[in-house]
Amino acid sequence: MPEYDLMSDFTSPFWPWFIFIVTIGGIFWCFYLLMSQKNAGDVAEGQEAQPTGHKWDDDLEELNNPLPRWWLQMFIATNIFGLVYLVLYPGIAVFDGVLGWSQVGQYNTEMEVAEEKYGAQYVNYLKQDVVTLAKNKDAITTGSRLFSTYCTQCHGSDAGGGPGFPNLRDSHWLWGGEAAQIKQTITSGRLGAMPAWGAVLGDDGANNVVAYVMSLSGRKTSGDVDAGKEKFQQLCVACHGAEAKGNIALGAPDLTDDSLVYGSSRRTIEKTIKEGRNGRMPAFGEFLGEGKIHLLSAYVYSLSLE
Amino acid sequence: MSLQTKAEKSVPLLIILSIIVISFGGLVEIVPLFFMKSTTQPIEGLKPYTAMQLTGRDLYIRDGCNTCHSQMIRPFRAETERYGHYSLASEFIYDRPFLWGSKRTGPDLHRVGGRYSDEWHRIHLTNPRDVVPQSVMPGYPWLAENSVEGDNIAEKMKTLRMLGVPYTDEDIAGAADKLKGKTEMDAMIAYLQNMGSTIPAVR
Repeated sequence: MPEYDLMSDFTSPFWPWFIFIVTIGGIFWCFYLLMSQKNAGDVAEGQEAQPTGHKWDDDLEELNNPLPRWWLQMFIATNIFGLVYLVLYPGIAVFDGVLGWSQVGQYNTEMEVAEEKYGAQYVNYLKQDVVTLAKNKDAITTGSRLFSTYCTQCHGSDAGGGPGFPNLRDSHWLWGGEAAQIKQTITSGRLGAMPAWGAVLGDDGANNVVAYVMSLSGRKTSGDVDAGKEKFQQLCVACHGAEAKGNIALGAPDLTDDSLVYGSSRRTIEKTIKEGRNGRMPAFGEFLGEGKIHLLSAYVYSLSLE
Repeated sequence: MSLQTKAEKSVPLLIILSIIVISFGGLVEIVPLFFMKSTTQPIEGLKPYTAMQLTGRDLYIRDGCNTCHSQMIRPFRAETERYGHYSLASEFIYDRPFLWGSKRTGPDLHRVGGRYSDEWHRIHLTNPRDVVPQSVMPGYPWLAENSVEGDNIAEKMKTLRMLGVPYTDEDIAGAADKLKGKTEMDAMIAYLQNMGSTIPAVR
């Protein structure tokens, strides 16, 4: 953010001076009014207060008594408070206040204090590699808190994931479970695109491919497994591989286990094949910075060590 | 008769004089804001809402999202760590009305753009508990069922242009086409994914 200058932010120098004159003028105007009325209605010793001239119901009169002293003093005190405040803090546009306070300044100070307190810790963590950190209890505690703030909305508070959001506790990885791969995933995000094959395969074709995919994890369902395998070899091998073991370079899942990220039910697999999927892990590099991502990577890495 | 005596005896005069006196606060605190660059000029890179985003924004208002979600990240570390850069006045230049909100039952949404995938929003808006089990947010399943076609989007954009949003003639002419075949869910997600994205996500 560039240095903020209030005076040059106004479209015309009229406005800061307008603020200045009305604010300060208002305070002095109040003060003048007060002083001009201060002695009105003062009653000399032994005399009675005079009526103000307000008269109701024939005999009900308002007397012009002097202002109560405590009230008068409080009014003067508020005037002085206002002036002192405007000397200390920005309030009259043309003058920033002797304390130099600003909202952004206060924020920057808060950030600097935090940097002083935590910065060294992050620098220290950054010197160690993710695998080492994954065994460091303190680092993992911090990492788990970061995870709670930034990651649980999709991956769940236990990192167990959900349909479409990978489980980070198991040993299955779409984009690789090595430290560098995890770090890359968090920093730059990932985009997994499974095309829709419904139109190409037709209902029967899709049904057969479902049967083949389910047979890979040893399950049986209606559909011709051999015909499905044939289609698979034509259409699916480019990403999932001939053995259907997947490809972490493309985020293509291994289909030979039954822990598929969108769910392993027949219906889900059919939907995935027919309609395709677009899984996106958002990029957090810019938002979180290297230190936090390093710790998050260590935490995520530690989850599958258990 | 002195002014004071007159004011005491005439209610209309008393009202007029009272209005003059109490308007000084607004004159000093509000009016100058209309003449500041940081509150009246868009931040560099700020784009007017597209037809889809604008439609989503109106749905956001219709379903009362601003009742539980603010769009105003205050300059405190506790907020910027969680949400991202604090909000700037110049980011809201094309917002009519502002949806800053004043209550956070749910989190602030000003920098929600790009934070989650479209698919996440789809699941979350339909039934929040499918992705966040502890959530108290209601589901909005009808968003996925209702079409936004035939919405009077061009009229809305013309009105906004009258108020100073720089829509081109092409923007307005093509607006209705942009909504073809789209659901309220698509529009809402388009709005959410654009939110607060003018400033890079840095803290």
